[in-house]
Amino acid sequence: MTAFLEIENLSASLKRQRVRMLRSVSLSVAAGEVHGLVGESGAGKSMIGKAVLGILPAALAIDEGEIRLDGEDLLAMRPADRRRAIGAKAALIPQDPLTALNPSHCIGPQITGRLVDILGWDKRKADMRARELLAEVNIDDPDRVMASYPFELSGGMRQRVLIASAFAANPKLIVADEPTTALDVTVQKQILKLIREMQARHGTAMLFVTHDLGVVSKICQRLSVLYAGKVLEQATIAEFFADPKHAYSRALLAATPKYTDPGSSLVPVDSSVTDLVAAEIEAVDEGWRLAR
Amino acid sequence: MFKVSGLDLALPDRVNRPLIGKAPEIQILKGLTFDISSGEVIGIVGGSGSGKSTLGRTLLRLYEPTAGTVSFEGRDITHLSEAELRPLRRRMQMVFQDPMSSLNPRRPIGAIIADPLALHGLDGISARVDRALDHVGLPNALRHRYPHELSGGQRQRVGIARAIAMEPDFILADEIVSGLDVSSQAQVLNLLENLVDELGLTLAFISHDLSVIRRLCSRVMVLYRGEIVELAPVEQIFDAPKAAYTRELLDAIPLPDPNQKNW
Repeated sequence: MTAFLEIENLSASLKRQRVRMLRSVSLSVAAGEVHGLVGESGAGKSMIGKAVLGILPAALAIDEGEIRLDGEDLLAMRPADRRRAIGAKAALIPQDPLTALNPSHCIGPQITGRLVDILGWDKRKADMRARELLAEVNIDDPDRVMASYPFELSGGMRQRVLIASAFAANPKLIVADEPTTALDVTVQKQILKLIREMQARHGTAMLFVTHDLGVVSKICQRLSVLYAGKVLEQATIAEFFADPKHAYSRALLAATPKYTDPGSSLVPVDSSVTDLVAAEIEAVDEGWRLAR
Repeated sequence: MFKVSGLDLALPDRVNRPLIGKAPEIQILKGLTFDISSGEVIGIVGGSGSGKSTLGRTLLRLYEPTAGTVSFEGRDITHLSEAELRPLRRRMQMVFQDPMSSLNPRRPIGAIIADPLALHGLDGISARVDRALDHVGLPNALRHRYPHELSGGQRQRVGIARAIAMEPDFILADEIVSGLDVSSQAQVLNLLENLVDELGLTLAFISHDLSVIRRLCSRVMVLYRGEIVELAPVEQIFDAPKAAYTRELLDAIPLPDPNQKNW
């Protein structure tokens, strides 16, 4: 399998404060593969997804590295070309469906708008496609939903709409940024199954950002464990859960609640583990600062 | 401590309000009967829309029940007026889900904890704030910081400090770890467990996630569409759940195990 998305030595920092946010991140995702990005808040998981989609906050600068989408180096392109390349091949499933949908527009135009305005589709064709997709994400009456406003739908329904919307233009890569964190467990299970089905059917490559190792074990084939913008461990799911290599990975697993094990105590990630990683990172950063 | 019987609550349905006239009412809680004894940690679990937050708020009398009674330490508080409730308010505190929207962004941490103390006319406020911060393991220097300067886990500790500073008998914790990553979640849960022991608190812990409840709670109430489907000791809920809905909730929890059944 050739990789559809390849990230090589990607580093980013805050422009003003000279604080490093991503530290030589390398990873690759093959077509049809789901790659999990796991870590605590502030580890830089979402940042990688944003860098791939070209939507990093303006305060961040990419210092070095390559992001290759379908063999093309995105960072070497002119901005307009880059936007077109990303828009045609990649899409996002965001975390919070309420902030991702415009509250003052109906659902229909919010799905078709991108197809018509950016990809130049015929309006009727876009409408058909939207209906088709809503049916595919198990929404019973697409017509009613297309004419509804976001507040009229439940959280699970809204997330289905966003999944349909992400798949609308047949993207080859989808970045899913904590798509189930805002949902309760039973709905989360349905949505995870739905994403897994859709992804398999369309053969989409996927970057799946989450802090929940339980979720990762259900949907991903490979994962990267991140801490402070650095990849500490990369493994297949089977390898990782059988035998996590890095001390931090083990600590993260220990902090994940397991209801089946009554004796299990929830152990927060110990500072002795993170201090070690932080010291390692500090040594590298020192060199980086001197080089600038 | 709490005795609740036949509790009904209906709220106006603003979504389907006609252009003119009163909004139709939706029945949120349907005939709930249960007790909470002193020193107990009770978990309240259910999907979104099951009425768990509404139930919590009705216990604190932030909502007035439409039928049934709520009594707190032998006193009927079902229809007390706000003035009559005021002295009781200090004894029942609440910790909210989203610390970012429940902590005033323009007030430093010290003031956020001190304000309710002043409101209730307590003395020695500064010492009480110190003690509360100490209890939740936050350094005193944080008094002068603002909420946006803290991490998510630290903010949630401030929420807890604000509640325990009042020296309440009862605390309602409404989904307080849902917004946190696993490591801060473990820290906050461990902290809460210690505080319950140390201060002899009675705690109602609302969550949609059964996996965080096993450690903390002694009894669990499972709600579905405003009705109690199961109310049992925590071991029974996990080892031999009676209701099909409890089973469903348990099965939906993704364990960190790629070979979990039913997935």
